[in-house]
Amino acid sequence: MLIFEKSSPGRTGYSLPELDVPDIPLADMMPGDMIDQEGKHLPEVSELEVIRHYTKLSQKNFSVDTHFYPLGSCTMKYNPKINEEVAALPGFTDLHPYQSEGSIQGALELLYSLEQFFCELTGMDRFTLQPAAGAHGELTALLMAKAYFNHKKEKRSIILVPDSAHGTNPASAAMVGFTVVQVKSNEKGNVDLADLERLLTPDVACLMMTNPNTLGLFEVDILRISSMVHEKGSLLYYDGANLNATLGKVRPGDMGFDMMHINPHKTFSTPHGGGGPGAGPVGARGELVKFLPTPLVNHDESKKLYSLHFDEPLSIGRMKAFYGNFLVLVKAFAYIISLGKEGLLDVAHLSVLNANYLMKALSKSFHLPYDRTCMHEFVLSIRDWKDKGIRALDVAKRLLDYGFHAPTVYFPLIVEEAVMVEPTETESKETLDDFVQALICIREEILNEPEVVHDAPHKMPVKRLDDVVAARKPVLHWESEEL
Amino acid sequence: MKYTPHTEADIAAMLSFLEKSSLDDLFADIPCDAICNKEMNLPPSLSEMEVRRRCEELAGKNVRHRSSFLGAGAYRHFIPSAVKTITSRSEFYTAYTPYQGEASQGTLQAIFEFQSFICLLTGMDVANASLYDGSTAVAEAATLAMSETRRKKLIVSKSLHPEYREVLSTYLGTGGKAEVLPLPYRDGAVDLESLKSLVDKDTAAVIVQNPNFFGVMEPLQDIAAIAKGVGALSILVIAEPYSLGILKAPGNLGVDIAVGECQSFGIPQSFGGPYLGFMAAQGRYMRRIPGRLCGKTVDRDGQEGFVLTLQAREQHIRRDKASSNICSNEALCALAATVHLSLMGRKGLREVAEQNIRKAHYALEKISAVNGFSRKFSSPFFNEFVIQCPHDASKLTAMLDEQGIAAGLHLGRFYPDLSNCLLFCVTEMTTREEIDRLTAVLSGLSAAVRV
Amino acid sequence: MKRESLHYSKEHEWVALEGDIATIGITHYAQEQLGEITYLELPEAGDTFEKMARVGTIESVKTVSDLFTPVGGEIVELNPAVMDRIAGEENADFRPENLNKDPYGDGWIMKVRISSAEDMKDLLNYKDYMAMIGEEA
Repeated sequence: MLIFEKSSPGRTGYSLPELDVPDIPLADMMPGDMIDQEGKHLPEVSELEVIRHYTKLSQKNFSVDTHFYPLGSCTMKYNPKINEEVAALPGFTDLHPYQSEGSIQGALELLYSLEQFFCELTGMDRFTLQPAAGAHGELTALLMAKAYFNHKKEKRSIILVPDSAHGTNPASAAMVGFTVVQVKSNEKGNVDLADLERLLTPDVACLMMTNPNTLGLFEVDILRISSMVHEKGSLLYYDGANLNATLGKVRPGDMGFDMMHINPHKTFSTPHGGGGPGAGPVGARGELVKFLPTPLVNHDESKKLYSLHFDEPLSIGRMKAFYGNFLVLVKAFAYIISLGKEGLLDVAHLSVLNANYLMKALSKSFHLPYDRTCMHEFVLSIRDWKDKGIRALDVAKRLLDYGFHAPTVYFPLIVEEAVMVEPTETESKETLDDFVQALICIREEILNEPEVVHDAPHKMPVKRLDDVVAARKPVLHWESEEL
Repeated sequence: MKYTPHTEADIAAMLSFLEKSSLDDLFADIPCDAICNKEMNLPPSLSEMEVRRRCEELAGKNVRHRSSFLGAGAYRHFIPSAVKTITSRSEFYTAYTPYQGEASQGTLQAIFEFQSFICLLTGMDVANASLYDGSTAVAEAATLAMSETRRKKLIVSKSLHPEYREVLSTYLGTGGKAEVLPLPYRDGAVDLESLKSLVDKDTAAVIVQNPNFFGVMEPLQDIAAIAKGVGALSILVIAEPYSLGILKAPGNLGVDIAVGECQSFGIPQSFGGPYLGFMAAQGRYMRRIPGRLCGKTVDRDGQEGFVLTLQAREQHIRRDKASSNICSNEALCALAATVHLSLMGRKGLREVAEQNIRKAHYALEKISAVNGFSRKFSSPFFNEFVIQCPHDASKLTAMLDEQGIAAGLHLGRFYPDLSNCLLFCVTEMTTREEIDRLTAVLSGLSAAVRV
Repeated sequence: MKRESLHYSKEHEWVALEGDIATIGITHYAQEQLGEITYLELPEAGDTFEKMARVGTIESVKTVSDLFTPVGGEIVELNPAVMDRIAGEENADFRPENLNKDPYGDGWIMKVRISSAEDMKDLLNYKDYMAMIGEEA
């Protein structure tokens, strides 16, 4: 039942102080024909009804706090609660973005420090913290690439992406007006150097990659790739989605990347929130720094003052009003200072350990398209059971019955019936073992009673949802029967 | 503090299973000599207590003004405590994007309700699950209009939030993708005569804000009609959605697309983010809307359920043919707004809006009675208004700051022709005492400044 | 439409020619690959295209595919059953599932007045098309 269906005229869930200024009629302050006499038909419910309604809704969800979420490419690590607490401090939440600089020194110091941490961890020279999400960060960097080549008076219209790239990569490139060309992956799951060589014409502005790639495999030829790209005067962009695997151990700047984005809601533990908010800080090196969006946060050592710096003539401009998703960045800051140097260095080691452990445990029962040491995630394929009518999606749904959120399915596109698994470093060996057991049971079911898997889930608040009718006859909002 | 559970024994057991002798062996693929980081200059780890202390220290270096008259796209509104209760539930905030619908009915129904609230407020037929913020929503709407009409001219009101216009300009980039024609204002509102002379058969859209950046109420119906007359889309930007508590729904006034900001609904000012962009449109644009859409459906037992739908528009399917690259949005903020609007309800939306406009008019009356201060625009306004000050408005704001009062925004920051004007915002949170105190302080200061 | 008498393009579309009007749809193989069809982005009657021009898209729940015109000419008619809106209004008889259930009959998509009979020469006959998808499968 929707909240609108619980409405009863006259019920209220709020209170306000009495009006303490003259009660002038609306028509004395504005034209009569602009006034909405009837008012908007928002529901009328009591506070208890609202609390009960949304509390019960929350209980229908899986979440990291209740379930293991081995979603490849998402890094569903634990969201520390101290982060939530500090992001709720009134000294942060109650700040207006246009307050005088003198009254926001704490906020500016936090942003500056965070930027310094990001630079240290990635080998970039400067970061903008303005973009609101990873895809927004990609868009930012590609706009910077375009401005960079315009400035150099070079016409470059192509962006190269590996065929295993995340959809936001080509989508971002297309938004900027670039043409997207795919680079093949070789049988080892890495970028095919011969294909790259063939495609690297002087018309290429940038190669967008992630390392490890979306198959969870380290691009062992990265230094070679970097020199090939730079020899042609092109740029190398790092999609930070998989930063968890090499955090602090190998810095994108040291691998030759010119620009990158970070996903704090992946690598830096800020919560996913059911789809956002995240953030998409973008780092740049060398000549590209001048093109970063403004404002940046600067620090005057002598005066011990932090300030917003706007005067950058080559900046691409502004990607978003104000300064970025500040409260999300506060959480990333808290996480970094909490883990510190030792803790941050553990992230790569333990996330890679967990992924390899899980991969080996599953390798006897499931097909591994790439049989090599993985990084923080790996890909299985469920294609062997097509003859039983079972596909990756069915296995994903059956896992829900076993109390696990499914891994990522059907990505990357280059593996048939792909299942991408990323355990993250915050999961225990026991959880991993339980997950392996569940998958082994499901495999048994596929062989002996496939309908159970085919018709899954059976134990969730709803059974398999009909997404066909949802797309053919979209119902996208509630409508009152009276209207 | 560490969040990894691995003991020495765990690590040993796992390495043994993997037939590796050390964690570094797992990184053998990496040409470490060439690229591994030698030394990282980061502080040592902190205990939770120390993290709290450090963050409190930083928060303490910021000033929370005793009273604030700042608006300009970020608003100080009452947030009922129950909003936080719900958004703090970890089943909501630690959940992932609801791609696996059966495991996400809570998130999905909340999104469906958010979309419904936006449709109710704007009078539109379809709304998406959120965009990053008001500024990027404008850019997305402009893109939609250009692709829908196959035209390249955009007429953009100068009374649209300056930072929103900057973002639009950045998104449009260089290279002749689009032509932006600024639409001047007269007495703080869109100059309809100018608009009539600017629109032509190459106009993709007319983009205006209501109430606009100056707080002024725009003649929406006329603007929409002029746009429609040349086959252009009318795009309305709403930065202060509480105005919909007393203004008519744009969908019923002939507006094609409504976008903007829902920060006013349950989201604190947060130093500028995360906020909550929205997009709503007439039904015919349903399949062109960027971002996620949640639809109602049934499960295989015929039970009602919700699912992300029309995904074939999005980046993970269309890739370089997608109209937008948006992936993560502002889901948890949308939940906050949904809960907020449920609590405030029909009556609360109205009552807050009415308190805002009445308090703002009271403040205007008192401030403009102070010697040297006058109302700049005579056009009707909602909860923000522009005051012409005796010269040096920026010095004035510095002095008010010292008195613990965050003054209205100094407009010289964005508008050279309004260099001695301040944009004051008054909401239901502003008490009469605060307004009276402001007026008293201004009286005292105006004498000092006018030298 | 009898499958054996139709012509086929490499993009898995079929063409039935009567006089100078070519009726076009997608093949059974195509609808199987796409999955449940949910929506079509279509050209308008009166639009003209070159042979093999991309005229629209076909969406299913999980994917989107380009729609081409295997023959050049003017679009003279669109199947109302595959249009979600007609003359700006919602079409209550929108049946995208026709492409899945009856791809050679009720699932027809558009009719083109061909500008040149030459265009038909490059199309495959039934036998060759079946051989082609035999290879792919």
